[in-house]
Amino acid sequence: MSVLEVRGVTVGLGGRTVLRDIDLAVDLGELTGLIGPNGAGKTTLLRSILGLVRVAAGQVLVDGRPIRPRRSPVGYVPQRHEFAWDFPISVENAVMTGRSGLLGLFRRPGVADWRAVGESIERVGMGELARRPVGELSGGQRQRVLVARALALQPRVLLLDEPFTGLDLPTQELLTGLFLELAREGRAVLMTTHDLVGALDTCTRIALLNRTIVADAPPSELLDPEPWMRAFGVSETSPLLKILKVM
Amino acid sequence: MSIAEFLADLTNPDLAFLPKALLIAVMSSVVCGVVGCYVVLRGMAFIGDAVAHAVFPGLAVAFVLQGSLVVGGAVAGVLTAVLVAVFAQNRRLKEDSVIGVFYVASFALGIVIISQAPGYAGSLQQFLFGSITGIPDEDLYTAAITGVLLLGAVLLLHQQFVTVSLDRELARAVGLRVFWLDIALYVLVTVAIVISVQTIGNILVLALLVTPAAAARLLTDRLGAMMLLAPAIGGSGAVVGLYLSWSYDLPVGGTIVLVLATVFLLAWLFAPCHGLVTKHWRRPGIEAPATG
Repeated sequence: MSVLEVRGVTVGLGGRTVLRDIDLAVDLGELTGLIGPNGAGKTTLLRSILGLVRVAAGQVLVDGRPIRPRRSPVGYVPQRHEFAWDFPISVENAVMTGRSGLLGLFRRPGVADWRAVGESIERVGMGELARRPVGELSGGQRQRVLVARALALQPRVLLLDEPFTGLDLPTQELLTGLFLELAREGRAVLMTTHDLVGALDTCTRIALLNRTIVADAPPSELLDPEPWMRAFGVSETSPLLKILKVM
Repeated sequence: MSIAEFLADLTNPDLAFLPKALLIAVMSSVVCGVVGCYVVLRGMAFIGDAVAHAVFPGLAVAFVLQGSLVVGGAVAGVLTAVLVAVFAQNRRLKEDSVIGVFYVASFALGIVIISQAPGYAGSLQQFLFGSITGIPDEDLYTAAITGVLLLGAVLLLHQQFVTVSLDRELARAVGLRVFWLDIALYVLVTVAIVISVQTIGNILVLALLVTPAAAARLLTDRLGAMMLLAPAIGGSGAVVGLYLSWSYDLPVGGTIVLVLATVFLLAWLFAPCHGLVTKHWRRPGIEAPATG
């Protein structure tokens, strides 16, 4: 049984079907790249896995049980621009907000909370910057803070939404390495990305999405141009397919 | 007037309204300073302004019916805040438009109501610009108790407020009730405004909320420090403002606000890391090249 299972999920937003009959399973140890054109429903899929979008049909199971915010071991890394980077807060306090759902109204962060926060910050290699205000960090460091904030819940499933947007190549490479390690340590990692080449190179699995799952396989089995043409709606002469041939 | 004379007036039983005014001004500034930190950090100044105007019909009703101004204002303010939060869920309108509709409407309602009261011009002036005389003892107690409850609520909800302010999307994902936290924050802002409105006035109260917190933000990059600095700036601004107003016979609300604005300007110029003058001093730029 996979730790994360999406079964027949259909989502409508404003009367339009955004996702149709999605089946997707992610195992521990896997880094799955969720790839598709703009408007394919990638972020909506992540949000419906989290229970933030009402699902018209189907269900999402984590550890075989329906997803429940606060209870299910799922960590979420939203896009970087959702975060108020001008807020006067240190890295460690920002990471602690990942545990706010667990803390509730009446409990202040305790020893166990600070230990979880410290370990997450160390895990993403930000130990020396733990007390730094978040506003002073570079783009790559900011992305690490968001990952640490998700890890503070000690999740078995990690969802990343476009973690590479706006970052330079060396930073992307370092982060990809981190995500792969996080998967190998025994987590199921699902990330949306625009970086096809990087995803083909590092992800253990690729899911092609365009309103529904077009293909779902290890990169080595996705060399046939047909599913790519269907997912991205491009012709045989598209530069996208040329890149695939080189790979 | 010397400070000794001011202290003598404060303890003079014939001037019993003066220490009451001082107490309520300091309490208001402290409470507004703390709550104002969220207002400044979330860019909610317009909402603060809206709520300040929206409490007016409640004050007017309470005034006409001879009821408690604090309760009347709180009911009107909270009602408007909730209406804004509900109407803002409609995606076709942005929140600021909804606010623009409701706060002016409730202010207008307040003016219509108060015009029915005898001697209305004088009381209107008092509501709009504040007054240090005629604060009843029970309002003092109400303000004190409300202030303590409000600070308690801030302590309780702080972690959640920070989480929502940083990243609404993550806050939802970890199971926080973002809508209710927004309402709670609006209510806290309203209550802080209502207990301040009598001394400082309906129009000027926004300054208590925004100016000390904005000055504190310039002085530090740490939230904890900011939330201590803002009430400290607000409280001392209230003391200095009241002293100057009493000494030179100036309107109290206006004087307190001008003192706070001065502190803000000083912070903007001389803040330890980001002040305009401080920066210039540290790194002599092109205008002042190093010689020799």
